[in-house]
Parts: sequence; C-alpha cells; structure tokens
Amino acid sequence: MPPATAPDMRSQMRQNDHSSDASARRKSPGQQSPAQAEGIASGEMTTVSLKVNGTEHTVTLDNRTTLLDALREKLQLTGPKKGCDHGQCGACTVSVNGKRINSCLSLAVMHEDDEVTTIEGIGTADDLDPMQQAFIDHDGFQCGYCTPGQICSAKAVLEEIRAGSPSHVTEDLTARIEVTEAEIRERMSGNICRCGAYANILAAITEVAEERA
Amino acid sequence: MRPFTYERALDPVSAAARAAEVPGARFIAGGTNLIDLMKLEIETPDHLIDVNGTGLDEITVTEDGGLRIGALVSNTDLADHDVVRRDYPVLTRALVAGASGQLRNKATTGGNLLQRTRCPYFYDTAQPCNKRAQGSGCAALSPGAHSRQLGIIGVSDACIAQHPSDMAVALRVLDAVVETMTPAGDIRLIPLKDFHCLPGSTPEKESVLMDGEIITAVYLPPPVGGKQAYHKVRDRASYAFALVSVALIRHPDGSGRVALGGVAPKPWAMDEADAELPNGAKAVMAKLLEGARPTEENAFKIRLAERTLAAMLAGE
Ligand SMILES: Cc1cc2nc3c(=O)[nH]c(=O)nc-3n(C[C@H](O)[C@H](O)[C@H](O)COP(=O)(O)OP(=O)(O)OC[C@H]3O[C@@H](n4cnc5c(N)ncnc54)[C@H](O)[C@@H]3O)c2cc1C
Ligand code: SF4
Ligand code: FES
Ligand code: FES
Repeated sequence: MPPATAPDMRSQMRQNDHSSDASARRKSPGQQSPAQAEGIASGEMTTVSLKVNGTEHTVTLDNRTTLLDALREKLQLTGPKKGCDHGQCGACTVSVNGKRINSCLSLAVMHEDDEVTTIEGIGTADDLDPMQQAFIDHDGFQCGYCTPGQICSAKAVLEEIRAGSPSHVTEDLTARIEVTEAEIRERMSGNICRCGAYANILAAITEVAEERA
Repeated sequence: MRPFTYERALDPVSAAARAAEVPGARFIAGGTNLIDLMKLEIETPDHLIDVNGTGLDEITVTEDGGLRIGALVSNTDLADHDVVRRDYPVLTRALVAGASGQLRNKATTGGNLLQRTRCPYFYDTAQPCNKRAQGSGCAALSPGAHSRQLGIIGVSDACIAQHPSDMAVALRVLDAVVETMTPAGDIRLIPLKDFHCLPGSTPEKESVLMDGEIITAVYLPPPVGGKQAYHKVRDRASYAFALVSVALIRHPDGSGRVALGGVAPKPWAMDEADAELPNGAKAVMAKLLEGARPTEENAFKIRLAERTLAAMLAGE
C-alpha cells in the first residue's frame, strides 16, 4: 500500500483491540455543561440533500457517515468500493461537482447541494461508457474490485489533461499538455490495483484518449 | 469514530468565534487529514465547523504585485493557477508532487499547512507517542524503531516527527505569510517561517495558532524570478511522502534560496545556508543541517539532501 508504512497498517488492523485505550483519552462528560452535552447528544444527525447520478436525494445521517458509506449503505450504490477507507487506494473514487475525490475521506453531511457521479452514473451494462468498454477490451482488470474507482479516475484524468492541469511529470508548466504514458501513469497513481492490471489499464485509457483526439 | 455535532460557517469571523465558544470544536476543510485521524480516534473533536462556505476560496493579485491565496483554495486549483505556474513555479511543482489527484482536489491551502505528521507510531494508538498522548514516551526513539521517514533536525528528545507537507516547503522558500483571524475578530500576519513550532517538550503544539484562530489566507510576496525547482525523493516514483525534498530558487548571479522538506518538524531553511549557495551543495548543507541528530535509520537523509541539491545545481 502506498503512504502507509508497515506499522501504520498494523495499527489499523489492531484498532479494535485497543478501543479501551482510546476511550480513556476521551473527554469526560463532566467537562461539558449539561446543556451543551444535551445539545451535542441531540445534534449528531444532519439532513443533507444531494444529487447522485442525476437523482435528488434527501437523507438524514449520523454526522460520522462518509460519502462512501452514504452511497453504499443508504443509497444502495455499491459501485464505489471500500478498499482502505483511508484515502490510500482510490477504490472509492467518485466525481463531485466534476472533480474526482476519495469518497471515504469526505463526510456526507459536507455535500449539501453537490452533484455526485458514481460508476453507476457513468454507464450501465446495456449502455457502456467508452472507458468501460475499453477496460473490457483490454482486460483492464482481474478481480474487478478496484475497477469502478479506476474508471472514475481515468475519465477524470483525460478531462484534467484536456483542461491543461499540470502533473508531476509535466515538463513545461506553460505549454499544452500531451497525453503520454507517463502523464497517465502519474495521474492514475492514486488508484491501486491489487491484481496488478496496470499495463492493461494503461492500454484502455490510452485507447480512449486516442479515440477522442 | 466518536460522535460529533456539525455546523457550516458562512464567514471567517463567525467561524472563529464559534470555534472559541463551543467546547471541543475543530474546523474542517477538505477533511483529508482530519477524517483520516478521526477514524483512528487520534483526533476526537466534539464539534466540527465546516469552513468550506466561508468564501475563502479565491486567488487574487495584491496591490504590491504579490498573490493572496484564500485558505480554502484547493491544492489542485492553486497548482493550476496561471500566475502561480508562471511566476511561482516552485509552488506548482511542490503541490503536484504531493498526494494524488483525488486528494489534491479536496486538500486545501490551510489544511495542508496544518496536516499532522505521518510518523507510524503517531498513527498506531497502541504505541507510546508524546504528540498523541502527552508524556507517554516516544516509540520512534525506542531501539529498533522504524524512523526512516522521520526528522533529523529541529527534533527533540520528546519527538522526532517530520512535517509531511510539500506545499509548505515551497511556501517557505517563497517567504509566504499566513493571514489568520482570531476569535476576537483581529487579523494576524504570521511569516510562514514562524508558523510551525519545534517540538521541544511540547510536541502536541504544532503551530502558533491560538484556540479558535482560523487561517484565512496565505500571501506571496511579488515574484522574485530566478530558476525555481522542487525535487522530492521518495520510496516510490509517485504517491508517497518525501524522504527528502528540496525547494530551490536560483538567480543568474548564483545567489538564491533553499528549503528542505522531510527532514524536520517544519520546512527547514536558513539565511546563512542560502548565502553559501555560490559555494555549492556541500557548503549549503553544512550550514543548514549543522547540529542534525539523526537516528541510525535516517542518517542517510544528510547525504541524500546534499546530493539532491547537488543534482539540482548541476542540472540547470
Ligand atoms: C494517502 C495520502 C497521501 C498523501 N500524500 C501527501 C504528500 O505526498 N504530500 C503532502 O504534502 N501531503 C500529502 N497528503 C496530505 C494532504 O495533503 C493533506 O491531508 C491535506 O493537505 C489536508 O488538507 P485538508 O483541507 O483536507 O485538511 P483537513 O483534513 O480539513 O484539516 C486538517 C487540519 O487543519 C485544520 N484546518 C483546516 N482548515 C483550516 C483553516 N482554514 N484554519 C484553521 N485550521 C484549519 C483542521 O482543523 C485540521 O486540524 C496525503 C494524504 C493522504 C491521505
Ligand atoms: S516521533 Fe513524535 S509523533 Fe512519532 S512516536 Fe515519537 S512523539 Fe509520537
Ligand atoms: S477506500 Fe481506499 S481511498 Fe477510499
Ligand atoms: S482488478 Fe483486482 S484489484 Fe484491480
């Protein structure tokens, strides 16, 4: 896994064993006045309205709910996947107001009036998006778990290059950016594939980029 | 994650006032660091103040010809900005060297400055860590600990964590100034070089911000020109934190400025080291890393920093 170091990952797996540690650090209720404590107890839910794949939804959620969990558990959109839940793998990538984000590191209540597009909004089995078709044609997956995130990211990557956003491998910050293998690889680095289908993912994205050019 | 209440602030004045007034309140911007740490219950706010609606998301040219970057400007938008790409390229270079496209779309200028260390023991709640649990000790300094990523200078016996930001290293070499608003409604201007604290015996205190104080903007002075570059050395070619990074501005007469990332609890720079630039990388690092106290595992960072700068100076 990318930025997590080995002990970092271990700590995540061990979380449950040490929940009692964590509660010891919790502020004691005595630190709050009764009125405030009451306010907090009654205010832990928020109602939020957002548009997902073109449909308006109004949901009342525990403030802790991530956008990813809201999509999967409340709206039954199970295309976005939970890989790491810590912004490290990209399996949960969705588009919000036209920009790709990791939905696991965003609270659903922070998306009032936002427009969200998940893989379900990109294409269906009967009406595939060209990027989905290219992933099939090039064998751009094995188990498929990372694929919804890969495809959401891939579509955004081509938009970003077209819009002229520079990346780490862009040589001239003021010139037009070409769609190269290096540009695609760098821009896709936030999407990890445990099956290692990278070469074929790259081929799929390259084909769509060329068709568009 | 612990339960918390939530509100949306509509302007910085009320955000700061509310943050001082509500016990256990914290600001949330992009959420990419805070939510991560809340999931692990390393951060346990009772109340979140969402500052995304405060109108602090603009980049404007200032009267003196510099730039005012709103605290809520995303890392993507800042890196993309035409003036930044043309006149402050070291900043674009540092930003696009950080995190991933998805994260940069959410990460904000203010949040990036205040992101917490990636020390593996800070993240592991089963380990002692003075920064996370005051007085519990520092697991990174125990024998055989993994300290490869951690700091070599500016560190203390209590904590050797490094500041992980790439953006802040570029802001340091550009002499940026952080603008804040206090809960009383006063505006403060804090030079970036004075913004982050060294750990000393209080590693939990990471910046000079007071309770409830909100970052409203970051100012860049008028463009200084020169050749600007940012080199980040990491364990993977992309999507990894810096082992060492170097931000460099170099003028035709050989003078210039250098700042280091990945080696200290804050972006690391020094006028006396800059003065050595005409004498080469070795001379610069001799000054800049004087008094470094690395662990056995991260002592390589001293030579790595020197070689990275040497490569940059040679590659011009
Ligand atoms: C997998 C991964 C890889 C990453 N790799 C890199 C990397 O290579 N380089 C790098 O530099 N960074 C990296 N990051 C970190 C990322 O850049 C930060 O998480 C991000 O910049 C934080 O910004 P945010 O707006 O999301 O902050 P938040 O998570 O919203 O906030 C962070 C902190 O800042 C406070 N805060 C936010 N805004 C304000 C304000 N206006 N005033 C006062 N306080 C405020 C919050 O209360 C909180 O304490 C990585 C992150 C992840 C998850
Ligand atoms: S180096 Fe700092 S953050 Fe890491 S374990 Fe020690 S005290 Fe904690
Ligand atoms: S689930 Fe891995 S990045 Fe969100
Ligand atoms: S196809 Fe299995 S993780 Fe990518």
